[in-house]
Amino acid sequence: MAYQNIFTQVQLRGELEPGVPLGPNNDPRFGPFGTSWLMGKLGGAQIGPVYLGKLGLASLFAGFIALEIIGFNMLASVNWDPIQFVRQFFWLALEPPPAKYGFTVNVPLEEGGWWIAAGFFLTASILLWWARTYVRAKELGMGTHVAWAFASAIWLYLVLGFIRPLMMGSWAEAVPFGIFPHLDWTAAFSIRYGNLFYNPFHALSIAFLYGSTLLFAMHGATILAVGRYGGEREIEQITDRGTASERAALFWRWTMGWNATMESIHRWAWWFAVLTTLTGGIGILLTGTVVDNWYLWAVQHGFALEYPATGVVDPATLPGAPQ
Amino acid sequence: MKTLTKVFAIALPALLLAGCELGSKEQQQTGYRGTGMVQIADPDTKAQVGEVPAPPYELTPEMINGDRAKTAYQNVQVLGDVSVDEFNYTMLAMTAWIAPDGSNVKDAGCTYCHNPENMASDEKYTKVVARKMLQMTQNINANWKPHFAQAGVPQENAGVTCWTCHRGNPVPVNNWSTAVPDPGKIAGNKRGGNTPAPSVAYASLNYDPFSDYLAGKESIRVGGKAFPTAASNASIQSTEKTYGLMMHMSQGLGVNCQFCHNSNNFAKWTDSTPKRVNAWYGIRMVRDINNNYITALGDVWPANGKGIYGNRRGPHGDPLKVNCATCHQGVNKPLGGAKMLKDYPGLKGAAPAPVVAATPAPAETAAVAAPAKPAA
Repeated sequence: MAYQNIFTQVQLRGELEPGVPLGPNNDPRFGPFGTSWLMGKLGGAQIGPVYLGKLGLASLFAGFIALEIIGFNMLASVNWDPIQFVRQFFWLALEPPPAKYGFTVNVPLEEGGWWIAAGFFLTASILLWWARTYVRAKELGMGTHVAWAFASAIWLYLVLGFIRPLMMGSWAEAVPFGIFPHLDWTAAFSIRYGNLFYNPFHALSIAFLYGSTLLFAMHGATILAVGRYGGEREIEQITDRGTASERAALFWRWTMGWNATMESIHRWAWWFAVLTTLTGGIGILLTGTVVDNWYLWAVQHGFALEYPATGVVDPATLPGAPQ
Repeated sequence: MKTLTKVFAIALPALLLAGCELGSKEQQQTGYRGTGMVQIADPDTKAQVGEVPAPPYELTPEMINGDRAKTAYQNVQVLGDVSVDEFNYTMLAMTAWIAPDGSNVKDAGCTYCHNPENMASDEKYTKVVARKMLQMTQNINANWKPHFAQAGVPQENAGVTCWTCHRGNPVPVNNWSTAVPDPGKIAGNKRGGNTPAPSVAYASLNYDPFSDYLAGKESIRVGGKAFPTAASNASIQSTEKTYGLMMHMSQGLGVNCQFCHNSNNFAKWTDSTPKRVNAWYGIRMVRDINNNYITALGDVWPANGKGIYGNRRGPHGDPLKVNCATCHQGVNKPLGGAKMLKDYPGLKGAAPAPVVAATPAPAETAAVAAPAKPAA
């Protein structure tokens, strides 16, 4: 017999569950389609029904156009050779317009106009998907926490690809599409602006990112560890003694001296995740617009240490130096 | 099922480790503690230091003081003022360095450059090139001493010979030529990069950082001041191109960034190591070589497909030129820093005026360089 605890669901096979009835002004759902043993190992075994709706359909359509523009530009760059497309895929790029075009929309397609078009459709797709998460949550009578967390990620995306290039007056500041090219952009961005590690908002973003993983691990581990006492029934146990909920709280009070509550742990996790991209976006937006070299800025503000000078002099400053 | 899971559990981590270079590494601290300034090398994959060939024969002071070469031979334009014995000695060494007898080079030996019927004739283009390269070698040794300095102190007999780059080949193995420009359409347009290119260590960076920085004089300095100024106009694209050049330097010299830079702020000179000064002069030396010697030969380089010894130009039609790897060949001190020049006094060039370490100022010499100009 395989390991089981009270969490472990038995995969039922029978009549498929259609979900709650929808209110007026809704589109029909697709499915349900059936069950999957493998998906049942990872979550619910039933696939569907899916609510696609007008927003979802429009989002998928815009996303498909963006993906096609990016993919076909990459395929063209290897002279339409599908083998080279696969071999060089990680290196291929769709690059933003060069600096000479500034922040104008009137850029020839082959000079970066395709990048603007892909960015437009990708942004449309993402915003439509955001609206979908908002509307669907409302429809289910839920809060809109998921939509606002998603909005925080969209903020960072828009800063990188639109708001900061707008403030810098150049599309060339934006990130190229492509696996290695966007990583090279990241490294070059940090070198150009004097090391992003000295950007305090980047530091905050990293703290929230790593904090999110830590909180996720702590919470996931705690709930799994009290699964044997029905820990998933967090809220109904909250006032009772000897329950999974109390044991989980006591564990952290014993080890840290303090415990989160069954509500607050989820607020901690939500805020850490949201603040990762929120502070990150602020850090990116200030780079080049307000601060040009974060290391020099940090030394000037007593935020970074200045190391003992090595005595090396810039040879270009010496009289008669070659150019 | 269970066995299959076990096989996966063992095979998958093993596969993930396949890209690792196992074994102990050589480490050397290169800067202030706690700054991560350390050189790490894997002894198994480190470039081998090249061997230095023995001189053709012993060059005695009597030989050096003998009759001048220009009195015995005709059309000796560069080495006319060395003795006949030293001239012959130098010619023998050059043959062994560039087109050694018995190698599979066409016309190997003296005839690679000379018409055996008339040694003074300039009819073979290789002889004209060789003359220019002698002038270039003398210029490097006389005027670019700061590149060979040790922490700013000039080193006696440090410099280059033909062997430093050629290593027995008519064309040095590591060279570059300008990349064919991107087409004005999207088909086949890689925007000058986005390709696994060996020139930039297989990054997706610009694969030709050389045309702008090692022939052209575009500024490599992209790092900003604390706050934006009117001068902060370096784009991300030019930063990536700089980055590409630095990847080449790193690979060409077999070192990492911290050999020259403190990576907390790459641009800052007062946190850099003295090696960065050598590199700074090196970049300008290479520009001097490429512009005033190699490109200056112009149509002496045969058009592609027309050369008696094969192509000497790249696909764009410009001659094959020099970058850091041409001499360094993966080693931060070419040939392990062997002071080869002491055996070849004829390659030293005119003794320059005494150079004060703090104010070395080699002027980039004109294309018509006389053997060498003293440094100002």
